[in-house]
Amino acid sequence: MMTEDTISAVITALGQSAVGIVRISGADALAVSGKLFRAASGKSLADYPSHKMVYGHIYDLRDNSLVDEVLAVYMAAPHSYTAEDVVEIQCHGGIQALQKILSLTYAAGAKPAERGEFTKRAFLNGRIDLTQAEAVMDIISSRSEASLKLAARQQNGELAEALHNLRRQLLDVVVHLEAVIDYPEEDIEEITFGEVKKRILEIGAGISDLLSNAHTGRILREGLRTAIIGRPNVGKSSLLNALLKEERAIVSEYAGTTRDVIEEQLLIDGVPLVLSDTAGIRKSGDYVEQLGVQKTRDLLKDTGLVVCVVDGSEGLTAEDEEIFQAAATRPYVIIVNKSDLNVAATFDILKQRFGADKVMTLSAKTGAGMDEFSAWLKGYVYGDKETLSGGIYVQNARHEELLRQALHALKEAGQAASDGMPYDCIIIDVRRAIDLLGEITGDTVPDEIINEIFSRFCIGK
Amino acid sequence: MGHITEVFDVIVIGAGHAGIEAALAVARLGGRTLLVTLSLDNVALMPCNPSIGGPAKGHLVREIDALGGQMGIIADRACLQMRLLNTGKGYAVHALRAQEDKRWYHTLMKEIIENQENLALKQLMIDRLLVRNGEVVGVEAETGEIYESSCVILATGTYLRGRIVYGPVNYSCGPNGLRSAEKLSSSLLENGLELMRFKTGTPARIDARSIDYGKMEVQYGDDVVRNFSFISDITEREQIPCWLTYTNENTHKIIRDNLHLSGMFNGMVEGVGPRYCPSIESKVVRFADKERHQLFIEPEGRHTREMYVQGMSSSLPADVQLKFMQTIPGLEHCQMMRAGYAIDYDCLDPLQLNLSLEHKEIKGLFSAGQSNGTSGYEEAAAQGLVAGINAMRRIKGLDPFVLRRDEAYIGVLIDDLVTKGTDEPYRMMTSRSEYRLLLRNDNADLRLTEKGRAIGLVDDNRYDIFRKKRTAFERALEQLKKINIGPSDENNSKLRAMGTAPLRNGNNLFDLLRRREVTYSKLQEAFGLPALSEQVAEQVEIHAKYEGYINKQREEVERMLRIENKKLPADINYLAIKELSSEAAEKLSKVRPASLGQASRISGVSPADISVLMIALELKRQKESE
Repeated sequence: MMTEDTISAVITALGQSAVGIVRISGADALAVSGKLFRAASGKSLADYPSHKMVYGHIYDLRDNSLVDEVLAVYMAAPHSYTAEDVVEIQCHGGIQALQKILSLTYAAGAKPAERGEFTKRAFLNGRIDLTQAEAVMDIISSRSEASLKLAARQQNGELAEALHNLRRQLLDVVVHLEAVIDYPEEDIEEITFGEVKKRILEIGAGISDLLSNAHTGRILREGLRTAIIGRPNVGKSSLLNALLKEERAIVSEYAGTTRDVIEEQLLIDGVPLVLSDTAGIRKSGDYVEQLGVQKTRDLLKDTGLVVCVVDGSEGLTAEDEEIFQAAATRPYVIIVNKSDLNVAATFDILKQRFGADKVMTLSAKTGAGMDEFSAWLKGYVYGDKETLSGGIYVQNARHEELLRQALHALKEAGQAASDGMPYDCIIIDVRRAIDLLGEITGDTVPDEIINEIFSRFCIGK
Repeated sequence: MGHITEVFDVIVIGAGHAGIEAALAVARLGGRTLLVTLSLDNVALMPCNPSIGGPAKGHLVREIDALGGQMGIIADRACLQMRLLNTGKGYAVHALRAQEDKRWYHTLMKEIIENQENLALKQLMIDRLLVRNGEVVGVEAETGEIYESSCVILATGTYLRGRIVYGPVNYSCGPNGLRSAEKLSSSLLENGLELMRFKTGTPARIDARSIDYGKMEVQYGDDVVRNFSFISDITEREQIPCWLTYTNENTHKIIRDNLHLSGMFNGMVEGVGPRYCPSIESKVVRFADKERHQLFIEPEGRHTREMYVQGMSSSLPADVQLKFMQTIPGLEHCQMMRAGYAIDYDCLDPLQLNLSLEHKEIKGLFSAGQSNGTSGYEEAAAQGLVAGINAMRRIKGLDPFVLRRDEAYIGVLIDDLVTKGTDEPYRMMTSRSEYRLLLRNDNADLRLTEKGRAIGLVDDNRYDIFRKKRTAFERALEQLKKINIGPSDENNSKLRAMGTAPLRNGNNLFDLLRRREVTYSKLQEAFGLPALSEQVAEQVEIHAKYEGYINKQREEVERMLRIENKKLPADINYLAIKELSSEAAEKLSKVRPASLGQASRISGVSPADISVLMIALELKRQKESE
């Protein structure tokens, strides 16, 4: 085996099956899964015999929020696909759940699996017979083709370009430092710690930008988690139905059992929405009322967008105010419903209070204003960028993870520069960031730094 | 065919910095050694700048020394000036740099060689390498004498078909007008070796009396006396200053106006020169917007007026060299004693060598130094030492001695050469090392003395000195970690006195030493610790202050070792593995790497190719076990 890294990946086709599986393989498979999976019995997965399905839940360890209910199975080495320790987690097949669980495995220490890597490990560990070996090599060699062309084949070339530029800027910093180190007697302008730190932080900010755009990327990948709230009878379920009419295809629908939540995925004008708590909306008009403000806030914690519905024909009530308060903890939009009736007064008041960009009016009943709402959603997700190809989005979870690691490395380098650590230490993390960005773009040029030193600085005897 | 004159275990061709270390290593390991040179008066010659050390090069000298080599000891004794460079840039890149007395260095080194048991030094021109059935059997000299041996080490420097060029001057010779070896190249080619043609150069030397030092900046050596060698005990040294001045627009104009007369630009020089030491004409052309270039005026010895003009290497005609030098402040009336020149020479493509520096096809043939396409006395000496050790290990039937990239700059140097090859004279730089923080100049002894001892080159004296230092270091670490101090008023006032923040909770002294402003000597004074030698105190401080980064690098080493330890059989047919990219298959069959790790460093071999190789290896293993 090439390394002993524990790796993970989604092994079912994304978004198409009712059940999806995330596989974690490697010596730390149990440790990784232990950080996100909790068995309903309260026991640890390791306490169960190998190959036993265990019912439980996935939690996001960072904020302890529930992600999904799942079945998990531990397969002890060598009796698994890869002949390593393997944990497989079966969850609901929706893209968002799978991607979320996958990213949690990364956060827990797993490395993204390369294409064909499970099979490669299976083979190297003697699990696949010789006749299959060539097929495996084909898969891997096709990956090399892919990685060479990765930059060009990225969903948008601008991402590759942006990463390339950031990497280039980092390279400039390192090349300068290395030239000063390796040619101390040459007439090369010294670079101050302040300048190093400034440049590292600027580049870090560029990566942060990309990661914040990864928000858009993640919405495109996982869907925008949206909650519709409002006091009874303001038209929440009519709005839900109107949205369902707008969308072109229902992606999936399932009911959970741990809390009374139903999620529905819809695609509104290119924006994938994941509507939470649709059961609550349909079932009981007084749902929010019963929950109270604090509970509503808790419910909204994971939400990417809160849609507050008010009945424009009735004016505002104290309950509406409580709902605004709860919504204000998250990104929100206020919908003044029933525009087929007289809503102008309420609409104006709310616009004045919250700003015109946060308040819309429509009629869920007649459909008037729904197009504007769709357009608003699109604007919210894409910002100024009109279409998918217009902006730079990190959509690939592996890329996002590599960017995060690069940013972390730069933060350490920046900190080291602030602490007055010498160049030899600072460079370690900057070079690591360069390597990480190179892993995304496929830029690995041998002796690149040395070549740059000679082309930029006049050095010699 | 001549007659057999004498039989040796190992014959070393060339008594420059590579050849000397090679011959001394072989002789000290008990091999009967012949060291041949074209001029006994120029053994250990420094034909360019008589300077040893600098970043990465100084590290190499320390590594050579820790393994039991000679360079560091002589460099300490023949030193005219020594400075520690890069002191503000971190311990990993601290580098000793010495100006040496050229003649004295030669004299001291020749004395060592002449007094070495098992070692014969001869002035002799070697014309032919004798190979039978793919194995070296000896060499033939121009005199017709034949010397037999089972190993030959090539350390031919710039002498192989050397040719000096400056202005209209163009003649075959070695450096400084010494004889060149005209026939050996053909013999190497006949035996199937691949040769390359490289170029290097040197600046003019000027008369010290003709320089106006008042117009230059003076550069003194450090007040603190340091040594390269871990066993040198020199504590006082009379130092000679160097001088700094700059070119200007007038200088550049003269150079530009005469470019057509430079061998570098009119096609007279064929070899590929190094980018890191370009001639002054190359600098003026390539960096046209630079208003001035600096130059150092450096002494060549205590008993000569010759001064080396660092930064002004040139192949322009002698009169042009003088003319442009006289535009430089302080050199207006300078007298040129020797003109600078470019020199072309043949060298081996190092891709033909194994990590042991032995040729892949011709058993018993080793090569070291400039003949492997490197540049620099230190790079040469390092390879010479390794080639010498491995020639002797071959004779004794032992596994080759190979240093890994995480163990020494020597490992980086040789791995780079035989894995990536080089298309210009290769110079060591700290930025070539991935694990720079581990390969420090201060810990070369801790890294390598045990290895040198196991090889048999570290004598009792060196080993005792080393063990004392290591024990003192380990004890000091242990003690610092054991002593906990609480946040008492007494302790905190001591901390304030040493300029660091008081404690809130208890802490051990090692943790306190992590703080930038805390040194061992401060702690020693405040808390009554035992006194340590400067070297040991520094070692302890580095371990405290760099611990996090050192651990980071160790983790990287761990990761690297997982594939580094996967050996690749020598007989693998890469061209038959059709899933490899064609470029990778071609490069792999040329380099024939020893391990997957080495394979992964070949340019053109992608991570996917490495995966394919792993599977191919497994297939092979399974087939064979059936």
